[in-house]
Amino acid sequence: MRIFSALIRRKLGCFGLISIMFVVILAVFAPWLAPYDPDQQFFEGLTLEGAPLSPNKQFWLGTDLLGRDLLSRLIYGAQTSMIIGIVANGVAVIIGSLVGITAGFLRGFVGSVLMRFADLMMAFPALLLAIVLAAIFKPSLWIVALVIAMVNWVQVARVVYSETVSLAEQDFIVAERSLGASKTRILFKHIAPHLLSTIIVFGTLGISTTVLLEATLSYLGVGVQPPTPSWGNIIFENQTYFTTAPWLVFFPGIAIVFMALGFNLVGDSLREILDPTMKGRQS
Amino acid sequence: MTSYLFRRIAEAVLILIGISFITYILLFLVPADPVRQIAGRSATPETVENIRRQLGLDLPFYQQYWRYFSGLIQGDLGRSYIQKTEVSALINARLPASLLLMVAAIATELVIGLLMGVVSAIRRNSNTDQVLMVLSFIGVSAPQFVVGIILLYVFAVVLEWFPIGGYGTWQHVVLPATTLGILGAGWYSRMMRSSMLNVLGQDFVRTARAKGLSRVRVIFRHAVPNALLPIIAMIGIDVGIFMSGIVVVESVYGWPGIGQLAWQAIQRVDIPIIMGVTLVAACAIVIGNLLADIIALFVDPRIKLK
Repeated sequence: MRIFSALIRRKLGCFGLISIMFVVILAVFAPWLAPYDPDQQFFEGLTLEGAPLSPNKQFWLGTDLLGRDLLSRLIYGAQTSMIIGIVANGVAVIIGSLVGITAGFLRGFVGSVLMRFADLMMAFPALLLAIVLAAIFKPSLWIVALVIAMVNWVQVARVVYSETVSLAEQDFIVAERSLGASKTRILFKHIAPHLLSTIIVFGTLGISTTVLLEATLSYLGVGVQPPTPSWGNIIFENQTYFTTAPWLVFFPGIAIVFMALGFNLVGDSLREILDPTMKGRQS
Repeated sequence: MTSYLFRRIAEAVLILIGISFITYILLFLVPADPVRQIAGRSATPETVENIRRQLGLDLPFYQQYWRYFSGLIQGDLGRSYIQKTEVSALINARLPASLLLMVAAIATELVIGLLMGVVSAIRRNSNTDQVLMVLSFIGVSAPQFVVGIILLYVFAVVLEWFPIGGYGTWQHVVLPATTLGILGAGWYSRMMRSSMLNVLGQDFVRTARAKGLSRVRVIFRHAVPNALLPIIAMIGIDVGIFMSGIVVVESVYGWPGIGQLAWQAIQRVDIPIIMGVTLVAACAIVIGNLLADIIALFVDPRIKLK
């Protein structure tokens, strides 16, 4: 609650929170909010030459190359982004935290093997790795989410690892140990709670990375496959029309930026709020 | 210092070997059978078997990897399934274009990002600061294909200031380099801002000010060079981000580099090319990080003490 009110008091954090809530509402209530079925191809949705319609009274944001309502597709696209954001990033945060904590707490052989593997994954260009994985596993919504998780866990693992290492050397942990506390007690009772704020911050920032990666994969045609609408594949499908129908690129583009920006702003504000060394510095 | 360098180089080599191994496992997992793709549909079982033997695909996994690895050391990345040419030749022909784009993009992001960061830090908490920081957030939240298409629409289609795509003159470089640089500019401006704030609060800056030096001199002669030190190490990490970015940016602008090569290979599921580009990109990332560490070592004498 304290964190929440601190978040609301920051201009940027508050704006970020509102934009996240907006996207969540779109995603959850898509069937009621969308004016049309996102997959329905309207006969009157194309001009006589077969070109997409510009924004008008019937189709507020215009129609796409198949005569479908762009607004409805964007609203349903919010569902795709939200699912990917939560699932992909959730899996990445879980894997990353487990690897980071294990490596940081156990150190030794297991720790260095895990972290060398993380170094290895860092050296792969994320997008290319995701593309190769997507090509191997034939993309569906869930596969795309898992592929993104496979690529994104590394960042979390490295941050959690270095945090765990520095925590484990602090006096209060040494004191616990000398009092005879068991390893599991130290890990769950003393180290894990201190890691929580780091994990929350990177979990929030990670959703933005995830959403951007999904959009990019879908734009390249190896992400979420049509007809399932995703903001990335809407641009992918319609980009041949971008000189004559630029709104087909602009509106989904704005949607992606809006959502990624929201999570970035909230994540960054949370970092400032939760970082104890920053306390008192902010007015 | 020599031992540090030696250890870092040894680590880099190990990472590259690891990458070649993982790349190979991925290649192994791809469901498409390369032999079928090369032989075509009407091939007899004997032909298929011959090709399989020629490619060494009938050998056990570790022997296959050894063949692949010894080829790699000699610069052999295999052959494209579809174009039937050497992957290394395809990549070599396109590498200069990608390097040019990357250098231009690094210059763009540094100029925009550092300038924004310095101005923000000097005018801390002013309206200028807030506007610049919001812009930097938008920069890191905008996917490159969206930035690319919008810049293309505004500056090439509507205003006609720059060509729509292609390669050759300096005008061709401007839009792709800007697209690639905006993301980094967002990161750099935020890092430079906090690095500057950190430096501006230190004693030597106060001393410089107390000596009666002008504001401009304090900022540009004393603060900025010190604030730049932590930023240098980041340029190495950029290489990795660019290696992902060029796939998108080169395909948006029709820039004939390795990113476009990779994108075309994705469309045709031409695995050896995708793998080749991935490996080259990984090499570039490892070398970039190594160079950044070494440069940081020379520029900042304090690191040697640790």
